[in-house]
Amino acid sequence: MTDATVAKEAIEKPRNQWLDVWDQFRTHKGAVFGLGFLIFITLFVTIGPWLWQVDPGKLDIRNKDVRPIYMLLFDSDAKVNWANPMGTDNLGRDIMANIMQGGRISLAVGWTAMILAVFLGTLIGVLAGYFRRLDGLLMRFTDLVLSLPLLPLLLVMMLLFRDPLRAAFGPENGIFILIVVGIGITSWMQTARIVRGDVMALKEREFVLAARSIGTPPRRMITRHILPNVLSPIMVSATLGLATAIITESALSFLGLGFPSDFPTWGKILFDSVDRMTAFPERVLWPGLAISLTVLAVNYIGDGLRDALDPRIRGL
Amino acid sequence: MLTYTIRRLLLSIPTLIFIAFVIFMLLELAPGDPMASMPLSIPPEVRQQMREALGLGEPWWIRFPLWLNQFFIVEPQYWIDNAFGTNFADGAQRIISFQSRSPVFDVIAQRLPQTLWVVAMSYVVGVLIALPIGIISAYKQYSVFDNAGTFVSMIGFSVPPFFSGVLLIVIFSVQLQWLPSIYDTTLVVNSWETFKTQLLQMIMPVMVLALQTTAQVSRYMRASMLDNLSQDYVRTARAKGMSESVVVLKHVLRNSMIPVVTVIALGIPSIFGGAIITEQIFKVNGLGQLLIIALQGSDIPMVMTITFLLAVLIVMMNLIADVLYGILDPRIRYD
Repeated sequence: MTDATVAKEAIEKPRNQWLDVWDQFRTHKGAVFGLGFLIFITLFVTIGPWLWQVDPGKLDIRNKDVRPIYMLLFDSDAKVNWANPMGTDNLGRDIMANIMQGGRISLAVGWTAMILAVFLGTLIGVLAGYFRRLDGLLMRFTDLVLSLPLLPLLLVMMLLFRDPLRAAFGPENGIFILIVVGIGITSWMQTARIVRGDVMALKEREFVLAARSIGTPPRRMITRHILPNVLSPIMVSATLGLATAIITESALSFLGLGFPSDFPTWGKILFDSVDRMTAFPERVLWPGLAISLTVLAVNYIGDGLRDALDPRIRGL
Repeated sequence: MLTYTIRRLLLSIPTLIFIAFVIFMLLELAPGDPMASMPLSIPPEVRQQMREALGLGEPWWIRFPLWLNQFFIVEPQYWIDNAFGTNFADGAQRIISFQSRSPVFDVIAQRLPQTLWVVAMSYVVGVLIALPIGIISAYKQYSVFDNAGTFVSMIGFSVPPFFSGVLLIVIFSVQLQWLPSIYDTTLVVNSWETFKTQLLQMIMPVMVLALQTTAQVSRYMRASMLDNLSQDYVRTARAKGMSESVVVLKHVLRNSMIPVVTVIALGIPSIFGGAIITEQIFKVNGLGQLLIIALQGSDIPMVMTITFLLAVLIVMMNLIADVLYGILDPRIRYD
């Protein structure tokens, strides 16, 4: 090696791995749009209620059935009101405030359920992949859960455990816990399978052998050497998990088995508006668009992450 | 292959019994009470008698084997009796719905045709749309068509059926008034007119379910075609001077269909799950709607039976997918 190349290598700064991932992520246009929209909708539902200080539950019966302001474009006589830009429902509640409040719940349920599912999936996947004795048992269990009809079982759980949990934790928290746990324990299986496969492949690598040869105990082995290396499949399945969790929560609310009626979520607002959609189609559109665009954004982020985290594609 | 199939069939019996046990215990441990909707003025001892009349007086370790016996032995006996006029069942107790007091399987048999029509049609339509999209997307990778296909399947993954269904109703039933928004199951198809009505009312539910299928299957088809298009045998086929259509549609397509066929088999149970929501939107009185009504009425035998039938479907489709994979791909040997 000549002196010139040594000098050249010394100049190039070592780059953070996550910077490389971010650079690759930025080349995926859909993923960047998705991330932008997710940040926007998150700010909309978190900071929105601070700026738009209208109580979502406040009844204003004189101002009921107000159409959204864009209706002025088609029909100058439409009942619109600048105080309610998205319109009001049949009880005069402001729809924009409801969408914000509902989005808070929907996103909170989605994130918590996703974290629970990813935690369970990673735990079971790592245990099954690392400890050979547990592998057969845990994977048979995963296969069994995969062959359960999950949506009907989730509906059964919602209906049967609703009242006791409500009594124990209050109407809102009880249902929140029920939905999060329900979605979490019915959607960890894919993560577990992927993580198990990756852990089994990692276990045969030299660095794991080296770590074991200096006497690393299994606990530290998993946290220091295995987990950081399976982080990318976990992150990708986390984004997919977030998307399914939001859709499942909305589906439960849509079937009338989710949160109580005075407690808006996107699915619940959609469900409540279906009866009047012939006269007021916009009430269906707002929550439906919110759900669909959020899930679309999350799916695109997952797509971009998958490319960005794959070292074979990165840097091309 | 045969021994593998037989082994899998035998293995699926304990799996199914375990699943039945899980569903049964979930319903059993749950604090919901089928008597909860009864008037509070009923005295406790009468309430107890009513519970016993519903068969709830016994502990679970007696009722679970009883249910298994009814599901696996008594009900098939009635089925055979009905088909061949024999008398195996001999008046044995069938699984009775709490709500309608009629045998659960009779109610399911009434509801099944509606669900099957919509679900089966949507699956066939979805697969038929998905396959050409997947083939063209892979053959012209990164073209406008491919990007459009990717976008459409992203939408299919992201837009939940309860929104796409409602959106279709708003556009085609409310604004344009082309299609009916409610599925009329009493319609008897016996003339050209009724056939047209049937076709019109089926379009929307079928398309909503088909969008989900299309999104999934076209992605798999595209990935599988891409895997095969870069293989050496494709170059050999082209080098031999075969026409492009023969190379793609005969050599590549056949090899790419192997994993796709199994995906199609595995997707059948989930489309039944999607039907629960779609039936609710279009007011189809099929199995999904029956399940929802049974759930709301705490009709435990009905919920148990429908859920378990779905589980049987899942286990069977898993088995069929694995066996099909072995049959279609001679490189795979399970023995």
